[in-house]
Amino acid sequence: MPDRYDVLVAGAGPAGLAAAQTAAAHGARVGLIDAQPRPGGQVWRHDVRREAPRAAREAFGKLRDVDVLASHSVVAVESSGLRVETPQGGRLISYGSLILATGARELLLPFSGWTLPGVTGAGGLQALAKQGWPVAGKRVVIAGSGPLLLAAADTLRKHGARVLGIYEQAPAAVVHAFARQLRHWPARAVQAIGLRLRLAGVPYRLGSFVRRAHGGDGVQRVDIETPTGTQALDCDLLAVGYGLVPNTELAQLLGCAMDYLGPHPHVSVDRLLRTSVGGVYAAGEAGGIGGLAVARLEGAMAGHVATGHSVAAHALLPQRDRERRFGALLSRHFALDPRLHALAEDSTLICRCEDVTLGELGGFTNARAAKLATRCGMGACQGRICGTALAELGRFPRDGARPPIFPARLATLAGLTTLPSDDAYRGS
Amino acid sequence: MSAQVKLSVNGLPVEVPAGASVAAAVAQVTMQFRRSVSDTRRAPLCGMGVCFECRVQVDGVAHVRACMTAVTEGMQVTTDA
Ligand SMILES: Cc1cc2nc3c(=O)[nH]c(=O)nc-3n(C[C@H](O)[C@H](O)[C@H](O)COP(=O)(O)OP(=O)(O)OC[C@H]3O[C@@H](n4cnc5c(N)ncnc54)[C@H](O)[C@@H]3O)c2cc1C
Ligand code: FES
Repeated sequence: MPDRYDVLVAGAGPAGLAAAQTAAAHGARVGLIDAQPRPGGQVWRHDVRREAPRAAREAFGKLRDVDVLASHSVVAVESSGLRVETPQGGRLISYGSLILATGARELLLPFSGWTLPGVTGAGGLQALAKQGWPVAGKRVVIAGSGPLLLAAADTLRKHGARVLGIYEQAPAAVVHAFARQLRHWPARAVQAIGLRLRLAGVPYRLGSFVRRAHGGDGVQRVDIETPTGTQALDCDLLAVGYGLVPNTELAQLLGCAMDYLGPHPHVSVDRLLRTSVGGVYAAGEAGGIGGLAVARLEGAMAGHVATGHSVAAHALLPQRDRERRFGALLSRHFALDPRLHALAEDSTLICRCEDVTLGELGGFTNARAAKLATRCGMGACQGRICGTALAELGRFPRDGARPPIFPARLATLAGLTTLPSDDAYRGS
Repeated sequence: MSAQVKLSVNGLPVEVPAGASVAAAVAQVTMQFRRSVSDTRRAPLCGMGVCFECRVQVDGVAHVRACMTAVTEGMQVTTDA
């Protein structure tokens, strides 16, 4: 396979798949990179027990003219291309245009007991279950915020889990106001009603959140705050996610400008999805949380623009703008209750890689000083979990991305000229 | 519906559907994937390659993310717990 592509797409979720297929249809040589062993991204993640949705099967079927580079993690940026780690070793891949379709991850907030085995993200447990994680017969509590909680509950039930309840932090009045807005979005309303019907019998409690998890070798019980008081619930698994944050590390490494929605950055793009760096485009969740429909439309737009077909991209703009408005509606209604920012106690671990507690971070006002003194954010996740949480808690913004953006083998990095000197690569 | 794959986790035989993750195979044997720097037990958190809590040893290679790795026949997985 050549190590140069006309169009290189980073991320093979719905956005990246649409981008790759569109660019290839215009005759470009296209490479599609993803760190996962299979394409699909988050929503179209392979499920060992169930057939992929039709839209996903169609998208996978249109990759004939695309080089799919699975299990390829982009770890760094060089002047001539992207430094990529594969199970076989490192590669340098260069490109004419680059489309960033790096998607989003879950926002995970620290609380007492969140490091116990069996406590996961909500989309996190959904992802694990799709890949065969044993949930059949397990008592699962789902909590956090947003429609992903319902999607996760649906998947988990299909895999045989006993979902004890879904605890949404947004207050009832706000969730009901959101539901009334759905009349302007008939297709979404139909989806939502279908999901609620499939989840009939599963309690959906609003204005409620998990305060603490208890257990020994794994989670056994959770304390839930509800509008009518605290409730204790025995469970085998606890899945908590507070919405999504865009993956912007690669874009930041490339020098792309960021916009902020609250404390979390997303890639700044113009009407044609051009970033501030020439020849680099961003599509899907990387450019702000918008959901599946936005990802597919923007992927197609980026594939058009990157191959010089701006008119075709313009034609998709009205549809895409409409879908982006739905994303904005969601984030407005599922805004986080300030009480969630006070969940972590002084003894709660914030940095799970280096075991740093909230108390130890007391006197610091920026990520860099905290990192040098406590190692917070220095571990393998490179602050993706703790740095994002601390930004959400209003402590301090996350430190900018630095190479390698994922831990990589020294052999992969051997050719790299831009390694920072103060935090030498750590394999763990 | 799918074929099964046989592998070993901490020396114990495990069978999971083809396409399953190493994380799923490990979870059949233990919920303790790694030990943290202050010696507490950890297991997968994010399920999507971000948190690094699921690291195990796969066929002699350390620090492999179990949630990002598909099982293969005869694979030898060792946890740190
Ligand atoms: C855990 C989780 C579960 C979700 N479940 C649902 C659901 O059930 N229904 C729903 O409608 N929406 C769900 N979503 C929302 C989801 O974000 C969107 O629906 C949709 O998947 C977004 O598409 P995308 O192409 O923008 O990004 P994604 O689907 O997130 O795809 C991005 C891809 O980029 C890859 N990537 C990122 N960085 C790199 C790198 N440096 N090197 C190589 N590859 C990289 C990732 O591995 C990933 O496959 C979920 C989100 C998350 C985080
Ligand atoms: S569970 Fe988070 S990286 Fe594997």
